[in-house]
Amino acid sequence: MSDVTIMEATSSRAVSEPLVERSELPHTRIEPSKGWISLGLKDLWQYRELLFFLTWRDIKVRYKQTALGAAWAIIQPLFTMLVFTLFFGRLAKVPSDGIPYPLFSYTALLPWQLFAYALTESSNSVVANERLITKVYFPRLVVPLASILAGLVDFVIAFTLVVGMMVWYGIRPTWAILTLPFFVVFAMATALGVGLWLSALNVQYRDVRYTLNFIVQFWLFASPVAYSSTLVPARWRPFYGLNPMAGVIEGFRWALLGKAQAPGAMLWVSVVVVALVLVGGLYYYRRMEKTFADVV
Amino acid sequence: MTDVAIRCEGLAKQYRIGERESYKTIRDVITDAFVSPFRHFRSALRHSRNSSSAEKPNIWALNDVSFEIKPGEVVGIIGRNGAGKSTLLKILSRITEPTRGHADVWGRIGSLLEVGTGFHPELTGRDNIFLNGAILGMRRAEVARKFDEIVAFAEVEKFIDTPVKRYSSGMYVRLAFAVAAHMETEILLVDEVLAVGDAQFQKKCFEKFRQISTGGRAIVFVSHNMSAMRAVCQNGIVLDRGGMVTLGEINEVVDGYLARLNQQSPTIEPAETESFILEEVLITSSEGPVIKTFDDVEIRVTATAKTDIADPGMYVGVLTMEGQRVAGLDFKDFQTISPVRAGESVAIGFRISEFPILPGIYELELHLKDMGHHKIEFVPRRTSFEVVESPIYGGRKIDSWYGQIGLRARAFAESPFLVRAQNDESQAR
Repeated sequence: MSDVTIMEATSSRAVSEPLVERSELPHTRIEPSKGWISLGLKDLWQYRELLFFLTWRDIKVRYKQTALGAAWAIIQPLFTMLVFTLFFGRLAKVPSDGIPYPLFSYTALLPWQLFAYALTESSNSVVANERLITKVYFPRLVVPLASILAGLVDFVIAFTLVVGMMVWYGIRPTWAILTLPFFVVFAMATALGVGLWLSALNVQYRDVRYTLNFIVQFWLFASPVAYSSTLVPARWRPFYGLNPMAGVIEGFRWALLGKAQAPGAMLWVSVVVVALVLVGGLYYYRRMEKTFADVV
Repeated sequence: MTDVAIRCEGLAKQYRIGERESYKTIRDVITDAFVSPFRHFRSALRHSRNSSSAEKPNIWALNDVSFEIKPGEVVGIIGRNGAGKSTLLKILSRITEPTRGHADVWGRIGSLLEVGTGFHPELTGRDNIFLNGAILGMRRAEVARKFDEIVAFAEVEKFIDTPVKRYSSGMYVRLAFAVAAHMETEILLVDEVLAVGDAQFQKKCFEKFRQISTGGRAIVFVSHNMSAMRAVCQNGIVLDRGGMVTLGEINEVVDGYLARLNQQSPTIEPAETESFILEEVLITSSEGPVIKTFDDVEIRVTATAKTDIADPGMYVGVLTMEGQRVAGLDFKDFQTISPVRAGESVAIGFRISEFPILPGIYELELHLKDMGHHKIEFVPRRTSFEVVESPIYGGRKIDSWYGQIGLRARAFAESPFLVRAQNDESQAR
């Protein structure tokens, strides 16, 4: 039988030794990482099937053992819309850019719910998948990504209602609807950017779990869901774009209903903000992920 | 040297004590921020920069471990709890990073640190096979190709479309193991998974391992079950408190490790009764440094009489750690001893053939007697010993369901059907 060779502790000798590699086998070097590390996107690509399966798992399990099942995906935005319509639309008479208020708020609730769900799930994802992380290796980015992608199903289900509402109110989509996918991706990118920061922080500081609800609520009122961004003086609107969801929601309304103005400077500010948050989040997450298994 | 699967050089991993499980809250950080500037200031004054790191006790879970594993080799990692076995596997499987040193790995690594990682109770067996496969790094096509094989190996054909939360624990574990065992990685890391399933299934696992290793894949195997180690591995590595102690052929390594374990639990404890000074109580196996089930065993008691003993006697009881009596031997049932004078020392005992005690820790209870004076003196201290492994029941882990006694048994199965068939045959004749 083959025997184990005792390696000498002096590594210099061993390293200089020639290695006969078995032709095509991948070589991995396991060592302490230092400084800035690459994003590991290649590794992520190799594990794309895991991303698919984790997303699929989250979707499949989401409405197990519920009486109403996937109907929840419509019920939540629908009832929020009804409440908003009653209080903001009817009683407070919040202007809605000439769009029927129910449609006005529901089109905003769509990306909002997608974002809120993705943000909550991704922030909790690393802690929730603790067992996986402490037992198996895979690119850790898969975890928040999968939880965000799973939110798309709810979005698609809820989207069917907006189609019905547009028919009801007789609103025809314009060419702008072609930009809709961009705004969907943009909403998810925003959630991912913030979610990466929060999920990595959550590993160390469980305070994140408790602040998350507050953040989401606060953010909802800071975003033009129940009201229009035209309430903000035009001068200040680009600054309003510092809240990326303002850009997302106004863009979404514009793309879908075509009636409001195309979001200009505000959107570009949002794009820049998201890009910064996302890239920063990616690097921060990658930096922190090596400690996940030890700390989580 | 033709090729290598894994090469570790000076691998070390440091943990801050209590780092696991103790996550901080923002409050702690804020408190730290307020406290530590002063601490830094103070330590700077004292010119002791290291004091802040010295305040946090660090432990080296793994320290300077170097070895090499070749393709087709099965290596067992042995050591007590906390010796660094799991840390080593975690580093090799890239779950956690080493603090120092490095490891080179040629080939894909599959790790089986816990069966059923990522199994979702709500999903069916079928779904979980694919999910678990993906988690372990298998391609979908690869899982699909091996699907039938996996299901057959796990013996869950009938329940493959049932949510796994309705599975028995045995089925659950079998399915989980089956998926992992069908990974086609060049290197497989296995942590204590064979302690599961019934004897039949364990045997199957062993065979699978052998098959894997003959296919040129390397396996690193961690277990507390020494019999399993001997059965599966060729070479062994002993870790102790993070450091590497030995490395070599598996049987030698296991023997050495067990012998050292036994030395660490002393069998000699001084004790005294009214009429005797007990010098030594030894229980040894004639087969080697450790006691295994069905070894020939000798119990030897050396004692010095304090007074004249007219009719000396002795009783030895074998007790479980819970105090339950497993067996007992009384000297007078075997022979009588001539009187012993004060100050004289005697060595008496029993040689027991095929000591049937199953693995576990036991105690010897001693009574020293002077039947001439109708005295039975209990030795106040008991001597503990450990039976370390058993060759029976397929070498599997012995739990409380087996009791304390090993039974030499042979299984058989008869059905009325078989009997009738035989009868028919005889009638026909």
